[in-house]
Amino acid sequence: MALKGNLRDFSTTQLLNLINLARKTGTLTIDAKRERSRLCFKEGRLIYATSDDDGGHLAMMLQRSGKLTEEQARAIQSRTDIKSDKELGLLLMNAGYVSQDDIVRSVQSYILNSVYPLFTWVDGKFRFEASVLPFEDRITIPINLENVIMEGSRRMQEWEHLLDYLPDLDIALRFVERPSVRMRDINMSVEEWRVVSFINPRNTVRQIAQYNNMSEFQIRKIVYALLQAGLVELTRPAGVKPAPGAPGKAPVTMRPPAVKRGVVERLISFFQQRS
Amino acid sequence: MQTVKIVVTGPFSAGKTQFIQSISEIDVVATERKISRAEERVKDQTTVAMDFGRISVADDLVLYLFGTPGQRRFDFMWEILAEGMLGFVVLLDSVKPETFREARSILDTFRAYAPVPYVVAANKQDLEDAWAPEDLRIALRIPSEIKVLPCVATDRENVQQVLLELLFSVLEIMDAEG
Repeated sequence: MALKGNLRDFSTTQLLNLINLARKTGTLTIDAKRERSRLCFKEGRLIYATSDDDGGHLAMMLQRSGKLTEEQARAIQSRTDIKSDKELGLLLMNAGYVSQDDIVRSVQSYILNSVYPLFTWVDGKFRFEASVLPFEDRITIPINLENVIMEGSRRMQEWEHLLDYLPDLDIALRFVERPSVRMRDINMSVEEWRVVSFINPRNTVRQIAQYNNMSEFQIRKIVYALLQAGLVELTRPAGVKPAPGAPGKAPVTMRPPAVKRGVVERLISFFQQRS
Repeated sequence: MQTVKIVVTGPFSAGKTQFIQSISEIDVVATERKISRAEERVKDQTTVAMDFGRISVADDLVLYLFGTPGQRRFDFMWEILAEGMLGFVVLLDSVKPETFREARSILDTFRAYAPVPYVVAANKQDLEDAWAPEDLRIALRIPSEIKVLPCVATDRENVQQVLLELLFSVLEIMDAEG
């Protein structure tokens, strides 16, 4: 049986919940506007995840977790004699570059970081293919979906909060003339500095995100922090759209009909005879 | 003359009219109109008031099937149709996940109208992209004690089986209540 649809109608949380409860084995592919993610499951547990952007190779995972440098990762990926991630893992362990624990943690972290952003996706076609599993050369780590769903839902709430706070990305930022905090007490991350460098009434928040190759979640989080710190302000008020359609009238509770058991039995007997 | 009423409800284009047509002994009194909204033009006509089918069980017993209009703007009819029903069938379009949320909402509304037994029929199971009934149960958060039945509304036997399962559920509840 196919499991196809769109995240507009069936969210990532609902999908993962379904896969968990039905203990499904297979691969879930989600296609959004510019991204494609693949999640693999075995008996309801997440075992692998990747997106088309990065290919999901072990060298890249170890680089992201700081176990390999960019040069080392690039050198490894350019080697053609290493056939699989499993082979590469053994090679690196034998050479003393990483431990088994480093590999497990890096792969797990990569999988989770590939999955969590999906909770904020509100549009994208999905398809679950039963019994299709990742290539054998990939390292898989079984992860309980309950915890993933809980953390994903928490991030979703955070996302919704950010969305409420900053519903429109097509607005600009400007520095406040008299900040209420002392500038020297503020510590900003590299990402925040990158955003700050683009703050100008001519640049919309969306454009700043594009210049810095940031997701909507990332830019909203940073702008939220800057607004909260009182460093910047929106150049025009964010218009929040009213909630769609007022709910209909409340349903009325009625009494069930007074039908005798004998009537129901006659109906059953009638249909059974016709079958 | 004893009359018994069963309501067939579900989202737009779930197959309610077809469901009743497959089993009714009379031509279904369908109150259909041409679709006017572009987004709903997946079929030529839709039910705007109700569908009405009849099954004569005996000289003194008749079963009426009422199909609700699927479009939300006709939901004022639901309450009228729900009055006095023995139970209801929630028909799902198993190949249209975009209608599942609406189906859940309709189910909740009818549950609030009358605490009568109901079954969920997963229609269009003959199509390749149909979601399996057990997946639909999870997707729509249908409790384990409620039956989620595979269904092909064009198949009379199949429709009959859905109605039978609903009647069994009615009996079970009667037994439970003593």
